[in-house]
Amino acid sequence: MRKFSDLHLRPSLADPNHTKKMISKSSKLGYRLIGIPVQPRFKRDTIQELRRICSDVKIDLATRLDLTPDTPHELLLHLRRFRRRFELVSVRCESKSVARQAAKDRRVDILSFSATNLRKRFFDRAEAELASKALSTIEVDMATLLLLKRPSKIRLLSRLRREMAIAKKLDVPVILSSGAKDLHAMRSPKDYAALAALFDIPQESALCALSENPVAIVKRNREKLSEDYIAPGIRIASRPRKEPIVSTSKKTLSPPGN
Amino acid sequence: MSRRPRRRYLHLAIESEQLVTEEDVTNSIWSALLRLFGEYGTSHVNLTLIEYSRQRNYAIVRCSHKALGMVRASITSIIEINGKPSAIHVVAVSGTLKALRRKAAM
Repeated sequence: MRKFSDLHLRPSLADPNHTKKMISKSSKLGYRLIGIPVQPRFKRDTIQELRRICSDVKIDLATRLDLTPDTPHELLLHLRRFRRRFELVSVRCESKSVARQAAKDRRVDILSFSATNLRKRFFDRAEAELASKALSTIEVDMATLLLLKRPSKIRLLSRLRREMAIAKKLDVPVILSSGAKDLHAMRSPKDYAALAALFDIPQESALCALSENPVAIVKRNREKLSEDYIAPGIRIASRPRKEPIVSTSKKTLSPPGN
Repeated sequence: MSRRPRRRYLHLAIESEQLVTEEDVTNSIWSALLRLFGEYGTSHVNLTLIEYSRQRNYAIVRCSHKALGMVRASITSIIEINGKPSAIHVVAVSGTLKALRRKAAM
């Protein structure tokens, strides 16, 4: 059975009730893994609270950081500072130089582009080649597609069709996320898969983009963040047991002559 | 001899901030279909409303099995009914009404 995931759920974290409702609805709609973007300087309590809500409805939570850097240098700075604190790092590419840097950096998991300004969608062949080598994925926010009005929606569908063809040709994984900010924009995975047919993603690939692809990213990153990870393919299998300290300390502490 | 056309029944859950009539649901699905696929595409759908419950906020519609993807995409794209934010979710899909009711009850 597929483990469906929505790696871009955007509840208002300032309102715990709203967050709880959105997480419960995700669970009801059939998702088993969700990603919620958190501010870089988050409070530990926020994450703990989110994890508690998620465990109540039996859903897995992946912490996500959304970066919108202005320059490649800023991107590198943020990655160096925050990469190890989050399970997912997404980069919103607002300029071509940032898009190229993000695509070739292995620390970036998800590339996302503007849905309204098509001049800022830099996912072309060159970008796809870099992303393919660095195992980055391209993300499509379905709620944005739902909420757009007619001319913008038509232009976006046309662009997405072209981008999906490039991604398929160069083996760049695609992930479909909701990007939902409220309850009415949330849909079930199968509904999103049906909607993805509008930009020529076959049903089976769309279901993969909602399950296997996002789950693989989270699994890979969790392995990287674990203490046993050393390098790709190399991890610590077991650690030597420590000698019991009690017996040795007793010897040294016992007074001479006993 | 031509075969009997194959159909699909869809159990829909309606979420809205207001009370929605049977007509509102039908109109919103039809307009979503027309908006996404045009008159030619919609002519392949053979959409019929089979059942509607205003109290329990659900509907059952029937369509051609070849047009299931189109109907599902159209239903997903509905974001408002009568100008109020709304959503329609496909709860279950089946080839017979009996199986649909069994699936939806689960």
